[in-house]
Amino acid sequence: MNAHAAIFPILIPLAAALLQLAGRHLGLSVQRGIGLFAAVLGILSAAWLVQLADGDSIPVYALGDWAAPVGIVLVADRLAAGMTLLTALLAGASLLYASGGFDNRGRHFHPLFQLQIMGIQGAFLTGDLFNLFVFFEVMLLASYTLLAHGGGLARSRASLSYVVLNLAGSALFLIALGLLYGTLGTLNLADVALRLQTAEHNIALARLAGALLIAVFALKAALLPLSFWLPHTYAAAGAPVAALFVIMTKVGIVAILRVQAIAFAPSPTMADLLTGWLTPLALMTVLFATLGALVATRLRYFAAWLVLISAGTLLTAPAHAQADITAAALYYLVQSTLVGAAFFLLTELISERRGEVADAIQPGPSLQSPWLALGFFTAAITAAGLPPFSGFLGKLMLLSALRETTAGAAIWVVLLSAGFLIIVTLSRIGSRLFWQHKEQPPVSPATSWQSVLAVLLLIGAGPLLSIFARPVADYATRAATQLHAPGAYVDGVLGTSRHFTLREARP
Amino acid sequence: MEAVVATAIGILTACGIFLMLRARTFPVVLGLTLLSYAVNLFLFASGRLMLDAPPLIRDGARYTDPLPQALVLTAIVIGFGMTAYLLMVALRAMAETGDDHVDGREKS
Repeated sequence: MNAHAAIFPILIPLAAALLQLAGRHLGLSVQRGIGLFAAVLGILSAAWLVQLADGDSIPVYALGDWAAPVGIVLVADRLAAGMTLLTALLAGASLLYASGGFDNRGRHFHPLFQLQIMGIQGAFLTGDLFNLFVFFEVMLLASYTLLAHGGGLARSRASLSYVVLNLAGSALFLIALGLLYGTLGTLNLADVALRLQTAEHNIALARLAGALLIAVFALKAALLPLSFWLPHTYAAAGAPVAALFVIMTKVGIVAILRVQAIAFAPSPTMADLLTGWLTPLALMTVLFATLGALVATRLRYFAAWLVLISAGTLLTAPAHAQADITAAALYYLVQSTLVGAAFFLLTELISERRGEVADAIQPGPSLQSPWLALGFFTAAITAAGLPPFSGFLGKLMLLSALRETTAGAAIWVVLLSAGFLIIVTLSRIGSRLFWQHKEQPPVSPATSWQSVLAVLLLIGAGPLLSIFARPVADYATRAATQLHAPGAYVDGVLGTSRHFTLREARP
Repeated sequence: MEAVVATAIGILTACGIFLMLRARTFPVVLGLTLLSYAVNLFLFASGRLMLDAPPLIRDGARYTDPLPQALVLTAIVIGFGMTAYLLMVALRAMAETGDDHVDGREKS
């Protein structure tokens, strides 16, 4: 049974989506039941996978029992397993929120949501670059439809540009894969890593393929010249959908980390591919997003800019290819994902209570719910990186790990001044929303308990990740150490004998 | 033959990118379609161009690499589905804005 653990995070959402499609006549409550049951199963299977991955060897699952590099493999190293658990937790909370009534605003919400989970989990687990493309497409196709869920002009308009941009990105991805296959003769990541270490290929073409691959991942991760799509797309999406989308930028970041650590860093010709440009662009992303957050006039736009800030902050890490920096980035990734999602859900709860003013950052009817104010306060402290919650710890770890690097001073200046501006913005938003009232009758909508519970769970992640910082950070350290010693990954996938890889070099 | 295929891919890509940068949705969809043709040809060529060779390995016989053919098939199916969805999105945006501009403004 343990041998099959790696496939469950992909199979469970697929089975749930098929069941929900088959049982769509049975009503929304059955769909919700199946979805939430699958979410719980998904969390359990991901936790099981984390436990297995934390052992001595890397669980490798050969689909159809075809050995790599001929067959496609799923590789559940510590990073992949940890990301599946994070995805499962986030998806569970978003689904719980959506079950409070959002899923009723359009058709087929539940199957699409499960398919999106399947795509994200597959993208984290796969050990094959073409398979990564396929899972990206599964994830994107579901996200196109989820983005439009609920309807409205803003969503149609955001959908159009989002779909076109991602289709262009997919074309670029395929060109990169074609170049890589034409140059190296393989698309299995471990095999690519092995072949890049020998000098029997066209170095210029391989570097071009690598750069195109990184460009596609940077589009998903919203690195600066490619990040203009993010704010209006995420702001247009419905709250639970946007909450799940928060992990999609992290898919791009983890893909960059993985390709850099496993394939590029050990290769003499590719090791410097990210050096010198990724960190400056990441810092510019942080600055750009901070300015965007400063001038945001609606809370949902502010939440979208927060996602972009955390993406920029995380992208300062991959170029260094050091285990301690990656470990700090992984802790930051976990907490920023959860608090980013919490912000989107909070935005919806707040705007429901403000009538026509909705989520505009200006005085409106009195909110009259102390728990909402307390929740916003906690989430804001976590997002701003103030002690004592996990935002502070994440930023502290990242800054202290990056201090010794060449760009250390610039990173400190940018991240700290961005943090200061975010504190100013958050305190302005908080005082406008909660303290300045207009003389209007308060709006009291019927908020379902599912929505409230989901928001509380996500906000609670800030304090919880602070209390349990030691085990999470230790796991992140082990994951980063494993990621930056790619020999074990390559051996785990190809077997120590590597008899398949002794094919002739391509002309 | 390499020159012909390379030229075809180049022309398709150039036309695709030109059309993608237009401001109306229909040329954009056509541009993406052309670009995906170019990409599919490119993927196909990544296994090297061979004439009269089956994608089967037999003793002593010439063969062509079967993997890019499988990749192209997957890419065609995905690209086809995506284009169909994009057309639906474009139609819906046009129905809501009364205009097929990519940044469609609200009906006034």
